[in-house]
Amino acid sequence: MENKYFKSLEELSIDITRETSEKPAGDKQFILEMQQEVKKMTSGTRRDFLKAFGFTIASAAIATSCEQPVRKAIPFLIQPEGIIPGKANYYASSFFDGIDYGSVLVKVRDGRPIKIEGNTLSSITKGGTNARAQASVLSLYDNERHKFPVFDGQETTWEQADEKIISQLNSIKVKQGKVVLLSPTVISPSTKAAIDEFVAAYPGTEHIQYDVLSASGMLKANEKTYGKAFIPSYRFEKAEMIVSFDADFLGTWLSPVEYTKQYIKNRKLTSGQGRMSRHIHFEGAMSLTGSNADHRVQLKPSQQKLVVANLLNVLRGKMGMDAAFLPASPVEVEKLADELMQCKGKSLVVSGSNDAEEQMLVNAVNHLLESYGTTILTDVHTKIRQADDARMDALVQEMNDGKVDGIIIFDVNPAYDYPEREKFIEGLKKVGLSVAMPVLDDETSYHVKFICPDHHYLEAWNDFEPMTGYYSLAQPAIRPIFKTRAAQESLLRWSGNSADFRTYMAGVWEQKMFTKATAEISFTDFWNKKVHDGVFETGEKESGINSFNGDNAFAALNSIKVESSEDSTDLVLYTNVSVGSGKHANNPWLQELPDPVSKACWGNYVAISPRLAIELNLKNEELISVNGSPALPVLIQPGQEYKTIAVALGYGREKAGVPANGVGQNLFGLIGKDAENKKYWLSDVNISTTGGKHPIAITQSHHSMEGRAIIRETTLEAYLENPQSGNEVRLEIKEHLKSMYPKAEFDGLHWGMAIDLNACTGCNACVVACSAENNVPVVGKEQVIMAREMHWIRIDRYYKGDPDNPEILRQPVMCQHCDNAPCENVCPVAATTHSNEGLNQMAYNRCIGTRYCNNNCPYKVRRFNFFDYTGADTMKGNRYDPAEMTTDLRRMVLNPDVTVRAKGVIEKCSFCVQRIQEKKLKAKTENRMLRDGEVVPACAQACPAEAIVFGNLNDKESMVSKYFADQRNYHLLEELHVLPSVGYLTKVKNKTV
Amino acid sequence: MYVSPIREPLIKGGKDYSQVTKDIMAPMAGKPSIYWYVGIAISGGALLFGAWATFVTVYYGIGSWGLNKTIGWAWDITNFVWWVGIGHAGTFISAILLLFRQKWRTSINRSAEAMTLIAIACAGFFPLIHMGRIVLGFFIFPYPNTRELWVNFNSPLLWDVFALTTYFLVSLIFWYVGLIPDIGTVRDKAKNKIRKAIYGFLSFGWTGSAKHWSRHETVSLILAGLAAPLVLSVHTIVSFDFATSVIPGWHTTIFPPYFVSGAVFSGFAMVLTLLIVTRKALNLEQYITKVHIESMTKIIILTGSIVGIAYITEFFMAWYSGVEYEQYAFMNRAFGPYAWAYWIMMTCNVITPQLFWFKKIRTNLVAVFIISIFVNIGMWFERFVIIVTSLHRDYLPSSWTMYTPTMAEVGLYVGTFGLFFTLFMVFIRVFPVIAIAEVKSVLKSSSDEKKHTHHE
Repeated sequence: MENKYFKSLEELSIDITRETSEKPAGDKQFILEMQQEVKKMTSGTRRDFLKAFGFTIASAAIATSCEQPVRKAIPFLIQPEGIIPGKANYYASSFFDGIDYGSVLVKVRDGRPIKIEGNTLSSITKGGTNARAQASVLSLYDNERHKFPVFDGQETTWEQADEKIISQLNSIKVKQGKVVLLSPTVISPSTKAAIDEFVAAYPGTEHIQYDVLSASGMLKANEKTYGKAFIPSYRFEKAEMIVSFDADFLGTWLSPVEYTKQYIKNRKLTSGQGRMSRHIHFEGAMSLTGSNADHRVQLKPSQQKLVVANLLNVLRGKMGMDAAFLPASPVEVEKLADELMQCKGKSLVVSGSNDAEEQMLVNAVNHLLESYGTTILTDVHTKIRQADDARMDALVQEMNDGKVDGIIIFDVNPAYDYPEREKFIEGLKKVGLSVAMPVLDDETSYHVKFICPDHHYLEAWNDFEPMTGYYSLAQPAIRPIFKTRAAQESLLRWSGNSADFRTYMAGVWEQKMFTKATAEISFTDFWNKKVHDGVFETGEKESGINSFNGDNAFAALNSIKVESSEDSTDLVLYTNVSVGSGKHANNPWLQELPDPVSKACWGNYVAISPRLAIELNLKNEELISVNGSPALPVLIQPGQEYKTIAVALGYGREKAGVPANGVGQNLFGLIGKDAENKKYWLSDVNISTTGGKHPIAITQSHHSMEGRAIIRETTLEAYLENPQSGNEVRLEIKEHLKSMYPKAEFDGLHWGMAIDLNACTGCNACVVACSAENNVPVVGKEQVIMAREMHWIRIDRYYKGDPDNPEILRQPVMCQHCDNAPCENVCPVAATTHSNEGLNQMAYNRCIGTRYCNNNCPYKVRRFNFFDYTGADTMKGNRYDPAEMTTDLRRMVLNPDVTVRAKGVIEKCSFCVQRIQEKKLKAKTENRMLRDGEVVPACAQACPAEAIVFGNLNDKESMVSKYFADQRNYHLLEELHVLPSVGYLTKVKNKTV
Repeated sequence: MYVSPIREPLIKGGKDYSQVTKDIMAPMAGKPSIYWYVGIAISGGALLFGAWATFVTVYYGIGSWGLNKTIGWAWDITNFVWWVGIGHAGTFISAILLLFRQKWRTSINRSAEAMTLIAIACAGFFPLIHMGRIVLGFFIFPYPNTRELWVNFNSPLLWDVFALTTYFLVSLIFWYVGLIPDIGTVRDKAKNKIRKAIYGFLSFGWTGSAKHWSRHETVSLILAGLAAPLVLSVHTIVSFDFATSVIPGWHTTIFPPYFVSGAVFSGFAMVLTLLIVTRKALNLEQYITKVHIESMTKIIILTGSIVGIAYITEFFMAWYSGVEYEQYAFMNRAFGPYAWAYWIMMTCNVITPQLFWFKKIRTNLVAVFIISIFVNIGMWFERFVIIVTSLHRDYLPSSWTMYTPTMAEVGLYVGTFGLFFTLFMVFIRVFPVIAIAEVKSVLKSSSDEKKHTHHE
């Protein structure tokens, strides 16, 4: 400090303040000074003018070059506990829609569930999911969700609704009337308790279960052969020989995710086991499972029982038992019986039929083959699909007879999916008190007095017991978006119990489950642990199962007749892996999901064999009617049995909203009845052309590989002799792979993906998972017809051999992340480049949409946004949103980690770069290397068959490197020297050529 | 001056210098004829159709076209390459024929060059409109920016940008430099003050002094030297758009010469189409004589034959390479679902030009006109075949699709026709359609001798 003279300390301090402080605002002197300054500025020189001019132009240019108006996000005023903005939380939950069960994790970002993942802690689904479970997060944001309770078509409050319902229930109680609680199979212990409480409060109540996809026949068969109506659990992994009679166990039969996990254990050859199960499939239509079989036999559904009977008869004969005299089998079963005999104790025969007699015959076959106890467990029951079809039929009759005074419809939609829906609706009109508790809008809601909307499963507490001793929990991942209430809570409220369902459920668990706990001492510990894990597996077993009683089966065997004439045309009514029974029809992701066999989406069609089509002179897309059904377009399906036609159920919704309404036709009305059980096929159907055409949206229109080595395959025998078999061409290609340029080096990580074609079943779970993870747009039927679907991963399907009975080969194809990528060098603006980790990356905001990359991609995996499908663009006219995906509600499903692409840009698979980045950061903060298998792309996570392996190719110990080193490994179009980072393992079929 | 007794005169009617000026400037004088009004009305209508299609494309998106996941380019780039090809004749005539001392070019170079410029403008429209995000089209230029984003110099599309802008600018300057003496003439003949002022400005103070002529000649020569390699480079680079890719049917080393000769082929066809009408309409038959037309048909035979051989070579190479994808691509061209396009191309480009071997056909204006149209059609289909049939069935059959154009795409193509003819109609009213000064330079050596007419 300089020398300063001062009189007093005050003087010194004042001086200091004078020097440092700013003039206060409003100071006259200050204002004058400012005015002076402004004057100086305005009377500027030429230079000043140029400066100002330059600044103005520059700022105008910057301001106008911003395409999007900035939307301000308001940060949390009070940070909620456990939520870190930008970081996802995962909550264990369970998906159960009355048909499929899956233990899942819900990914929640900033309070919004955005993705479903498989829960690896569950020993049923083991981290696998199916397409519907993956898509279920979108139904949380369904535009047509019921948003409040309704009475007589008017919005009401819960208090008013409760009051009215309770008073009506009481008046029914007083007059000793009948109340029916109609639900799908309930596998929730707490819900059952709540229902019991309701039944106790209103003694005239009957609980009736109604399954759209019924296993009633199997229940009855087991009742007759084992003394109890149950569905056993299956162990496909223990079976060396699997024979399926039209049971689509990889796609839609009972518990497909569980069975896929099991099935694939004996199909993968990657750990060098050198053996595979053999899978023989009998079916009339072409199913997902059938197309994966080693040997597929075409069989009309009307002849199926006869074949099973013949098989049983032959087996009995071979085992020295007295054989019955039967009509001859239409297909050869002698060899099959021999093969099965060789695998005694290690074989499994299943049937998808809902015919009790046939299921009894199957039970007898399995009994003879000693499958019980090994591949079929009678002491662990599959608890789904417990409904007795006859009960529902009786109910509808009672309703029409005016014998039912009140009905509470919980999570079922008979006004759409009951075969005689008109009769049901008529009956419903005669019921005094009708209450529906749906989540999404449905046909039944339009015929009831009260709509008491249930929570979506992601908003609700719940518990499940899908199999004996396997419990799982569901917890809310978001606060209820609308004024909904858990259906169980409604039942409790009406029974006079004011507990909320979470408390009630905890009570049930404390009483019933905690007693089975072994590790935890306090219930709080137990509860917290189980809610965290999502599953609780006790290992308990069922008791009270009698030993096998073959009398009824033998009686059935002796009474077998030929059911239809040779020239009868049979109709199969099936459900597909996308919309299923139609419950999920309003889910745009599922509507746009191509069928694994036909590759068609957005609607159903009549699949006809090529031979029959020629015979009846039918062309693709020509409208026909089957037994007077609404007209549907023809789809000529290679592999379809000559005289079998097939139509998918689950379409033709009328009140589900956009996009489901009017997509396809409802054929539930054709479901027949056979000895009290629903029959999903008809014989002697009558086909008539109605004139006109209806377009079918198909994502793949060329079905032959044209002799190219795209999917390489071999047989088990050849593989054992030479692991390279089927892949010999690779040696030749590798020899020719020479380049003038040095090969790209990746110092740190080099990402790669391997796909085991032997494991991939084509179930499509990956496709939906990818759409959910990466905000892949839905384009609608018309755009799919124009071949503009946007899926980043597709499953190519080719036919091989005789068009009447071809083999099917499938291959998932996504961006191959070529290290010498043809797309990268052609982009004029360098919008697509290669990362130093071997990723082919897209900079969406740099893309100007020349589509050159798309043209130059040999795999055609790049997708162009022809319109604004997502609402990301500013120009209104660009918007194209037939599936209403751009509503505020549905947009809540968007993954904030992935850019929503605007019109006019190219997009494609990124190997889920956001997941890679997340895990890299995690490893970095924990100061460690990334572990193999830590980064899992959405497709690999969803895959129930573990067909997709992802990892670091620089790490020679990583799983993906091991796959790449496998002699079965090859790269698609490797001869182009584009150096793809995706490898495929040859498909091996267990068959003799 | 020596006059060849064998060669046919290039300018007929025994013109003198003042007659030449008068004849060539006649179309510019007075009110345009009714045919001109009809012509501009039709082309203006086509232009409006194009404007509508442009609006649809920008407002609704590229989805208003018939493209799909497999076929990323179709009519857009077909039209682009076609127009670029058309734009080749002008510079070829003024630069390459100049270097080869072909005097007959003087009567046609002006209009051919104008046609080139307009065709390049039409061509340039397509790469712009085909962009998914046209508002960000400026990304394609390597301008300095704070984000340090740079263009990709590996991309043939970027080469296109440079090749086309260079070609356009050089052609424009060359054309304009050639126009200066004629503009001076127009100025001198102008009777109206405004007209005089405008042309006076445009003539850059041309006085016709020896110094001016000397500089004019020098600049013309330099520009001709610059333009000559461009004729070859532009379409070579356009062909790289395809040749450097991996798509079977595109990935071909033969493309550069094949495209250049194809371009000259189509360019001359378009010049013929236009001039056969123009010479009649503007009474310039004595300047653009049958000799000129015959010369051009000969170039068409040559380039047409090169193109034909190229087609056959492609097939040979596909077979000889042993590449199954390549073989399939060519079989698919000839016998696949787009075989009709292939056979239109073969007929129009390979067979019809061979008719020019016959002198009778060569000198029959109606026949030449029809064949020139055939060539134009054939060359359009050539690009369609290369682009669409190669793309629609490439490597993985799972992605194979078909393509059908929409009204918007038709509109854009018709719209560029509208632009082309509108500008051409304006051109014939504004500038002399034949280079007066250049015609005069060959008048003495290559016209009907004046003295004959004097003696009679």
